[in-house]
Amino acid sequence: MSRSAPLPFPGDPELSPAVWRQHKITPSEQETVLRVLGREPTFAELGVFSVMWSEHCSYKSSRVHLSRLPTTGPKVVQGPGENAGAVDIGDGFCAVFKMESHNHPSFIEPYQGAATGVGGILRDVFTMGARPIALLDSLRFGRPEHPRTPELLRGVVAGIGGYGNCIGVPTVGGEVVFDARYDGNILVNAFACGVCASDRIFYGRASGVGNSIIYVGARTGRDGIHGATMASDEFSASGPSQRPTVQVGDPFMEKLLLEACLEIFAADVLEGVQDMGAAGLTSSSVEMASRAGGGLRLDLDLVPRRAKKLTPYEILLSESQERMLMVAKPGKEAKVLEICKKWDLDVAVIGEVTGDGRWVVTATPGFDPLDDEQVTTSPVIVCDLPVAELTDSAPRYDRPRAPDPTLPARHAFDPASLPAPTDLSRELLELIGTPNVGSKRWVHRQYDSIVRGGTAAGPGVGDAAVVRAPCERDGVVIDKLLAFTSDGNGRFVELDPYTGGAMIIAEVCRNLVVTGAEPLGITDCLNFGNPENPVVMEQLARAIDGMAAACRALGVPIVSGNVSLYNDTDGRPILPTPTCAGVGQLGAIEDLVPSTFAGEGDVVVLLGDANAACLGGSEWLRHRTGDTTGDPPKLDLDAEARLQRLCLSLARGRLARSMHDVADGGLLVALAECSALRPDAPGARVSLELPADAHGRAARLFGEDPTRVVASVRPGELAAVREAARVEGVPLTVLGETGGARLVVTSGGAAIVDVTVAAIVEHRERALEPIVGAG
Amino acid sequence: MSAAMRAAVVVFPGSNADQEMLRTLRLAGFDAVSVWHKDSSLPASTELVALPGGFSYGDYLRCGAICRASPILPAVRAHAARGGLVLGVCNGFQILTEVGMLPGALTRNAHLRFECSDVWLTPTGEGPFTRGLPKTLALPIAHAEGRYHADHDTLARLEGEGLVAFRYCDADGVPSEHGPNGSVRGIAGVYGGPSKNVLGLMPHPERRSEVLHGGADGKLLFDAAMRTLERGLAA
Repeated sequence: MSRSAPLPFPGDPELSPAVWRQHKITPSEQETVLRVLGREPTFAELGVFSVMWSEHCSYKSSRVHLSRLPTTGPKVVQGPGENAGAVDIGDGFCAVFKMESHNHPSFIEPYQGAATGVGGILRDVFTMGARPIALLDSLRFGRPEHPRTPELLRGVVAGIGGYGNCIGVPTVGGEVVFDARYDGNILVNAFACGVCASDRIFYGRASGVGNSIIYVGARTGRDGIHGATMASDEFSASGPSQRPTVQVGDPFMEKLLLEACLEIFAADVLEGVQDMGAAGLTSSSVEMASRAGGGLRLDLDLVPRRAKKLTPYEILLSESQERMLMVAKPGKEAKVLEICKKWDLDVAVIGEVTGDGRWVVTATPGFDPLDDEQVTTSPVIVCDLPVAELTDSAPRYDRPRAPDPTLPARHAFDPASLPAPTDLSRELLELIGTPNVGSKRWVHRQYDSIVRGGTAAGPGVGDAAVVRAPCERDGVVIDKLLAFTSDGNGRFVELDPYTGGAMIIAEVCRNLVVTGAEPLGITDCLNFGNPENPVVMEQLARAIDGMAAACRALGVPIVSGNVSLYNDTDGRPILPTPTCAGVGQLGAIEDLVPSTFAGEGDVVVLLGDANAACLGGSEWLRHRTGDTTGDPPKLDLDAEARLQRLCLSLARGRLARSMHDVADGGLLVALAECSALRPDAPGARVSLELPADAHGRAARLFGEDPTRVVASVRPGELAAVREAARVEGVPLTVLGETGGARLVVTSGGAAIVDVTVAAIVEHRERALEPIVGAG
Repeated sequence: MSAAMRAAVVVFPGSNADQEMLRTLRLAGFDAVSVWHKDSSLPASTELVALPGGFSYGDYLRCGAICRASPILPAVRAHAARGGLVLGVCNGFQILTEVGMLPGALTRNAHLRFECSDVWLTPTGEGPFTRGLPKTLALPIAHAEGRYHADHDTLARLEGEGLVAFRYCDADGVPSEHGPNGSVRGIAGVYGGPSKNVLGLMPHPERRSEVLHGGADGKLLFDAAMRTLERGLAA
């Protein structure tokens, strides 16, 4: 090689120790950089190392633990490591999905942060060649009365809607949770799923020496520079505004990009394709070269741009949205260009694939395509880095871990020390009217949940959403029915990271089976605090172990995901929140089981332990104490697997008229929701054998033990349901009968709860009023 | 023979409700095809032109405004002038008002938010899409700019000529004053064209047309259009 070493670009700052520090490269990481290069990096190269070795891009603190998650199985078409995971849905098609966090940008600029989170996750999915068919959004905000909560909620919800509604992918579900522990760090986790033919998945590989590298989509500006490094940073209450590092989204541009990409994919003219997400052109091109085991050469003079006087550093690190990098098959560039022109997209050949394993970037000092000035200088090399070392030599840390020292005292909290609840009807209406337990309709109605006309069950009406996905190959369309749900209860993870992690996986799968869907795969978004805090690291590692155990017990793999660390404000971490989204499949629309009671005179049964009574970590306890406290419930994974098999067989045997998972708020809230999630659902009269003491009753009614489902069945089919439960070894208790317009709960013959369905609905529907007002 | 009735769904950059429009038209028996906005003519023997929902041209300037310059528009105008059926749903309705094929305008919802929910509609004007409809229909809306406005004279003309095709109403069919978005006189859909052959409405009938949707009231509009065409009432 006669290539000369890269030279500093005019205007580059000196690489002082302060500059290294600003790039969040530790002294030991600095040593690695110097060893790998055998020289000082240029300023642009320093920026490249900074983003590629950021927590966000390199998973340096989590990688050693992530490897314990089960990622394989008979249905897995593509596991973690690509832009998204994929599972088989039959007839040669697959569901392609992933969830990703956009927490930090959304806290700084809620509308754009959330909008670009949606845009980013959609690109991850359609980059694989899949047509996106559904979105979910899992949101966490600070306590309802925190001064910023209304503004953040409004902004994030409007941003999600603004992007998803415009690009035309239905937002069909998700969760919204409020807790003081997210006061300074909200969570915005966006999930997208698409479908494609399994043998036509596209990968982010820059293969074929000499092939052209093509830039498609929005022009490059200065937005989002160092977004990836910011995502690996803590916030401080007194910190400076980081607004300039937030990207701005354009869903219309992305719609054009989506349609153009799908047309290009169908024309079979690409070797590989990668969206420019975090760390923009740098990360996308390095990853493409790395996956192909080769190198590439980029000429920054050719990059379309919208801002004047961009430096190489800025072009490489910009996170301008709605951009893709493609590698065309030999001689097929013209077709790519033609389709981009049809969709009025900017497109440019900006480099080529090489075989030398180097990532080489050139630029001409003083040259600016937006300027008329004639430039007499020659192009110079601004980066010349070994691809393998950029990715493989990225630091990996097995950071110190320590159990949370506050846990023993919190586990010891005795709910019986609280004043005894006397009016259980009032307790129910109060709890079901809290922002966490109540209706999120104010949020859901701002999302177009029905665009594309395939939504069979949208947000807020059941345990999982169901969407019809038309799968097309060579003009022949086969419809598939997919189910989606997300969960991530940080309360239980905080109180017991292992069991809490397992409970999230169990609940995701339970939500799918009670809807009549067979769980196929899961994607996770691990939101935790600062990994340099041993307590946080312990939470992360143990939660992963619990998730892994549950995945194995339920036979469901994790096929994609992302990690968001440093969710701390002033040293206080968020509730540890591994958000998991599950994808399931229904065989036919008749498999879909509603959550709400389906008619009068059906038998209401509880599947699972009828005596469960653990209040630890419950919403009721938080509502009463303002804290996440108590000894949390246990999870028997074997019992959970049996319950889930039973639910799926009841659904497929058309034996269940309704099924609803017992979750936030416990059994009484679950019963109330069976009458209230959809208009016109009947009430019920149920009889429970409850203890005489008020605390014992509260524990039975509001405890959140997992592995329980409220179902309703036709009287004539009760015997068959009993037999199915007996075969699976699942306890079945007849609770009562559906009908009327009230929920009446008796114990020992006396009515202990008696509320109208209308009152339940009214309290639920007003749950967000304290935050967003009426109307 | 109903299978020969051709419908053309115009796809603008940013259209996103074209797939459900195509699907529902086919369910109603139409031979439905999509037409790219850069085309300058409609497929031969097109009987019905549908402008689907979405965010054509990104809703830049105003919703639907940039469609005025679209190459396909002259052909759509000519089709309408001949008495051919034109259906604009949601953004399609916005486009029809922006290009002057229907009177009035659609502005930001009164509560200023995007609204996706179920509404009741009542047909209040006899025409090719409303003949034989029941008194109420349950349909979904999904829009941020669906607040219908028109000046006093226009409203008087619309009312006088029976051109108010649909109004928002309650479950019993009692018309609502403003609907879910603040529309003047609760107007949800408007007829125009030489023979009421042009219909614009904000709710999405094509998204409530199958068992899977939990109801099929929307398909009744398409069935009505098909009956109209079969009886040869439209040109």
